[in-house]
Amino acid sequence: MEGMVSSRADLVSLGHGSGGKLTHDLISKTIVPALYGADGAPPMEDSALLTIPGAWLSFTTDSYVVSPWAFPGGNIGDLAFNGTINDLAMSGAIPVALSVGLILEEGFPLADLRTVMRSMGQAARASGVPIVCGDTKVVPHGKADGIFINTSGVGYRPDGVQIHASGARPGDVVIINGTIGDHGIAVMSEREGLRFQSPIQSDTAALHTLARALLDGGVDAHVMRDPTRGGLATTICEIAADSGVAIRLDERAIPMATAVAGACELLGLDPMVVANEGKMVVVTPEKDVEKALAIMRAHPLGKLSAVIGRVEEGRAGRVSSASVVGGERMINMPHGEILPRIC
Amino acid sequence: MKYINEFRDKETADKLADDIRKAASGLDRQITLMEVCGTHTMAIYRYGIRSMIPKSIKLVSGPGCPVCVTPINYVDTAVEIAAQPNVAITTFGDMVRVPGSRSTLQKERSSGKEIRVVYSPLDAVALAKENPAKEVVFLGVGFETTAPLIACSILEARREGIANYSVLCAHKTMPEPMEVLTSGEIKLDGYICPAHVSAIIGADAYIPVAKKFSMPCVVTGFEPLDILKGLAMLARQAAEGRAEVENEYYRVVKPEGNKKAQQILRQVFVKSDAVWRGLGTIPDSGLAISEEFDKFDASKKFGVTLPEPKENPACICGRILKGLNDPPECRLFGSACTPDNPIGACMVSSEGTCAAAYRYGGYGE
Repeated sequence: MEGMVSSRADLVSLGHGSGGKLTHDLISKTIVPALYGADGAPPMEDSALLTIPGAWLSFTTDSYVVSPWAFPGGNIGDLAFNGTINDLAMSGAIPVALSVGLILEEGFPLADLRTVMRSMGQAARASGVPIVCGDTKVVPHGKADGIFINTSGVGYRPDGVQIHASGARPGDVVIINGTIGDHGIAVMSEREGLRFQSPIQSDTAALHTLARALLDGGVDAHVMRDPTRGGLATTICEIAADSGVAIRLDERAIPMATAVAGACELLGLDPMVVANEGKMVVVTPEKDVEKALAIMRAHPLGKLSAVIGRVEEGRAGRVSSASVVGGERMINMPHGEILPRIC
Repeated sequence: MKYINEFRDKETADKLADDIRKAASGLDRQITLMEVCGTHTMAIYRYGIRSMIPKSIKLVSGPGCPVCVTPINYVDTAVEIAAQPNVAITTFGDMVRVPGSRSTLQKERSSGKEIRVVYSPLDAVALAKENPAKEVVFLGVGFETTAPLIACSILEARREGIANYSVLCAHKTMPEPMEVLTSGEIKLDGYICPAHVSAIIGADAYIPVAKKFSMPCVVTGFEPLDILKGLAMLARQAAEGRAEVENEYYRVVKPEGNKKAQQILRQVFVKSDAVWRGLGTIPDSGLAISEEFDKFDASKKFGVTLPEPKENPACICGRILKGLNDPPECRLFGSACTPDNPIGACMVSSEGTCAAAYRYGGYGE
């Protein structure tokens, strides 16, 4: 039970959360080696010490309770890492370090914990942002759903960067870095045991290098947001409301994978409200559009970047869209749970 | 995407919109067309169809959202059954948010009752098979589109000898309410007949409505090009003074419908009077589980019968379901009654007329 033997029979027990030897072994053998710490970090201090160049500190936190914890294209580990990186990146910050808090349910297989930690470590290594502190608790069977993860992150925003949710101005152009709905449909199809001909992969990804490339390239990004839960519709509505402007989208221009469109038809869902985990909406003045598109399309996470709408004068928060057949429709935030329809 | 993108083509849509304008130019008055089915209501909003057709054609929504027309006491009954020990309620997604007189299934789930959303009643049968000590109840709601599936689940349970599966049945049928509406207050000039219901009951099912009430009927698919074409056909009938059943959705709907599905419905269900929320009791407009399948009838198994409670007197859902009023004409709409806190039937499901108007009609901010 000490992380040496890899067998499905090894389960998280309440003892793993007791703070004693089992806890120590779990952390030192199963969790820490899998993750990615700061260079030369001493082992397990009470807090991590970080150097941040004189600038604005950016600080964010997010908890992940996705069920099932594994889905096509990722699992709760890389999801929890990337999600917090993206929250930092969308405010124009350069991520410096993350923390990870694990809440494990008694009986969660250690092999699964290893899988989650490995994904998280891989995501951290790939992004170059270390995980510098953490905490692990175990709750009795039935008090959690296998594994919950909280990640917090700090970063700094260089002087001169001005990105706010309220920054959209009439005349600005709305860009997205690729297809919508992939994550939500990947999780939903896994959860419901739905099998599609071409499996739909979650788009979970760390967007900080893409965001950085835009800012370093001199793009005057007025707003950057990642449309996660609530989908593109919610994010665009929030930007319009916060900025006191109207936004008009063109549905035909919004990239979507054929399989996602098909799954949405089948499930009776509007892809505009389905979650994404590796997408960003950029609002930028007309003059920077070509530059922004060139930079985004040259980045691995932005190959399918497209202009999807425009900011207009109008009632604050009004979001409309040209439908695929050219009719005019209104876009609102979804209400409550996103539920499949009867027929 | 095969069979989807073809029916969402902008150029073809423009041509069909032209056809509608031409047909409408032969009209000497404004005509009112009713889409009976909730999926049409949603599609009309989602694709912005109203903005593509002339003012001389008015579209109103009918009673075709199965969740919306389900009476409140049905939800109360489901909540009551869920409260019994060792019971799992299984349902299609949109029923969980429907308010009963005291609670919703969503709230009951939060308080620890076992309420599961499934995509097929066969999943509920499988759940019953895996948990023989648990009573698994499926909420049988919907029109002829869903009813054959539920009938199959009952047949499957019987074949497998699964005794702990039952259905709380509130199925409704078409076209009976269309006859009731046609003879009511509203002056309709044509029906956009449902797509998938018609695949089961057949286009010929609307011949009595068309003949008896001189009512143009066009069976129409759910894709935007289908709807535009259906509207052109209805406008042409109205302009030429014809009242026929025409079938725009002939790639799916046959005149006689799906015989196999009809046979399964007859095997498991019997026609019954049904209460439609907002419309009242309509004779022969529902399906009840036949005596042969008594054991699978949750209303008999659990013996729960509850009275139908009073609706909020300010709610005008009944008039909206009959096409007499538009959602913004209700004083509760968008203020007291929203998708987060629905008061009337039409706000409950995403397919409800008020919910669709709120979501896509620009009232939602």
